[in-house]
Amino acid sequence: MAVLNDEQEMLRDMAREWTRNEHPVSAWRGVRDSGEPFDAEAWGAMGEMGWAGIVIPEEHGGTDFGWLSLGLVVEEMGKTLAASPLIASALAASAIVLGGSEEQKSSYLPRLATGDLIGTLAFDEGPRHTGLEASTSVHDGRLTGTKAFVHEASRAGLFVVLAQDGVYLVEKGKGISLSRRHLADMRDHAEVDFNDAPAQKLANGGSDLAQKILDRARVLTAAEMLGMCQAVFDTTLDYLKQRVQFNQVLSSFQALQHRMADLYTELELTRSAVEGGLQAIDTGFAVTEAGLLAKARANDALHLISKEGVQLHGGIGMTDEYDVGFYLKRARVLEAAWGSSGYLRDAYASMKAY
Amino acid sequence: MASVAEPDTQESGTKLDLDSFREEVRAFLAESFPPELRGKNNLLSSVEEAGQESAAEKAWRLAMGEKGWGTPTWPKEYGGGGLTKAQARALEEEMAKAGAWNPIGGMGVMMLGPTLLEFASEEQKHEHIPAICKGEVRWCQGYSEPNAGSDLANLQTMAEDKGDHYIVNGQKTWTSGGQWADKCFCLVRTDRSEKHKGISFLLIDMHAPGVEVKPIQMISGMSPFCETFFTDVAVPKENLVGEEGQGWTIGKRLLQHERTNLSGGGALAALNAQPLGKVAERYIGLDENGKLADAELRVKVADFEMRWNAFLLTARRAMDESKAAGGVSDISSILKKAGTKLGQERAELMIAIMGYRGLGWEGEGFEEKELSGTRAWLFGKATTIYGGSTEIQNNIIAKRILGMLDHQ
Repeated sequence: MAVLNDEQEMLRDMAREWTRNEHPVSAWRGVRDSGEPFDAEAWGAMGEMGWAGIVIPEEHGGTDFGWLSLGLVVEEMGKTLAASPLIASALAASAIVLGGSEEQKSSYLPRLATGDLIGTLAFDEGPRHTGLEASTSVHDGRLTGTKAFVHEASRAGLFVVLAQDGVYLVEKGKGISLSRRHLADMRDHAEVDFNDAPAQKLANGGSDLAQKILDRARVLTAAEMLGMCQAVFDTTLDYLKQRVQFNQVLSSFQALQHRMADLYTELELTRSAVEGGLQAIDTGFAVTEAGLLAKARANDALHLISKEGVQLHGGIGMTDEYDVGFYLKRARVLEAAWGSSGYLRDAYASMKAY
Repeated sequence: MASVAEPDTQESGTKLDLDSFREEVRAFLAESFPPELRGKNNLLSSVEEAGQESAAEKAWRLAMGEKGWGTPTWPKEYGGGGLTKAQARALEEEMAKAGAWNPIGGMGVMMLGPTLLEFASEEQKHEHIPAICKGEVRWCQGYSEPNAGSDLANLQTMAEDKGDHYIVNGQKTWTSGGQWADKCFCLVRTDRSEKHKGISFLLIDMHAPGVEVKPIQMISGMSPFCETFFTDVAVPKENLVGEEGQGWTIGKRLLQHERTNLSGGGALAALNAQPLGKVAERYIGLDENGKLADAELRVKVADFEMRWNAFLLTARRAMDESKAAGGVSDISSILKKAGTKLGQERAELMIAIMGYRGLGWEGEGFEEKELSGTRAWLFGKATTIYGGSTEIQNNIIAKRILGMLDHQ
């Protein structure tokens, strides 16, 4: 864990306590069974606690605590699989902070900060992330194109859309149709079809605005994945300490001890990369590289830990009654988000010119 | 790591203080650093070529030793530099700028000094630490024995109480630099009835009658390790550190310093080395799209470099956490295992990149760097075995950090 200031420690403790008490995995189970994308009351509570405004400047209704602070909250939510549009909405807000006009900022940021307005990114157009290419086009302020597997789309009031010539804001309404896509993680995903939808450009962010947004998406997604890694690891370790076979607790078997030592190593290397990514955004130093690193590490570590988590639980790990399967299913969805490890390694090599 | 070697001073002075300190360092370097040594630091030299010091190297060592800056944060009263961490960092940076390096190292600095500062008597500190700070005495480590490797506490070298001295008999092995060492910090048995509590920490003169050293030739062709034989060696009782029977506690503490340095040393070596991607570009070349012509290696190199960066971030985090907590952070336990594994992966990737030229043993047709790479690849296989093998590290992580218990 990075060394935190008092404000960050308080925020993390609050998030930890809230997710444990108010949104444990059993609450996610309830959300899943209800068919709703998330618990609206819980989202309201998050808004009241100010979480949606952590990376929004104070003048626009946020707290401006920064990305490491937001990452701490997101990590705690990842631990208990607390379903919410927090990540999607924070990323949409950061796009406006980075590239919006004063008018766009004062129009959207205060509502995003309270959680009354939900935003999300609509960048990718296919089932695999392939960088910042888009066929979506804009003519006379009207945006047309289809975005695939948009996270948290069903309750979103504002889409931040990647088009051929830049990044646009599109409000929910005329010219937008949603088709829900049920993925294994049972969370809120949809194909979003834009047909001459009124769009305003985020014109102030420079030519690399989309890249900056993508960097933040990678790091913040990696923070959720880090929380999931930690939770699966902790749950599995507890299980090994309880389960008795051959008159021994499983945790006394050296074959399992060494596997857990390996997973612990992976987990901690990943924590460093994710916290490093959050700190890189806060300081503005080498953010793209830090984003590639954080997401690739989180992909690899969560892939391994979620897989091993099921195996080490044995048969009960295969049951719906146990939580570990939820993490496995959510893991693969997030691994596909904003770049598979293969894509990210390729991007890293290209960035280093080899 | 939170080292006892660091004096209880403010973390950093004002920027003004630091600036004037930097002035002092620059003036010292201009006067004392022999220009012909610029950039000639060989990272393996302390292990491989001790005893072959040139006149310029000797002058540089003496100058740094006089200042105490080879051990910059150790207390001044024992010959250290008495610098704050911020000053020590500034010193390092100014030396790097000038192509200079710290000539004072070895096991005395890395392991024994910090341990003596924590456990030794005042007399012992004054006797041994100043010589370490000046680089005058070369120390070696007498831990492993033929039947005490991973099971170190099984050591059998016996120190028999003879009133004012001990008589030591036994054999040590894998004594790094034993053939060049002046003294040895040694784990010996003072009591046969108890495994751990029968062990004591003893300082032995390698030039004393009855000490015999035989270098062991390794797969790398080098002989960095020795077998050390003690036959009726008389050791004065003043050389016992701590109490009789406290050797296991002291010895383990010293191993923490060793592990920190083993992983840190790997990190240092790779920092000074060229990025793997650049090496690959030179040997393999780029295709028409500007990508390495070997697609599989390109992915492996990128994967390695990214994991390596995660490791460096972790090493830094371990230091920050240890400092904040005032003790060794849990994640320090993964550094040796992770750092040595990555170091070996890097060496294997170098061979994959360089082909036959990465396997040159000696003679013509190779660059010096290529030849030393071959030796480093082979020598590097030792890193996951010595200083507590990876398997022992896994035991430590599982039991001490994760609380997984022994089989009953």
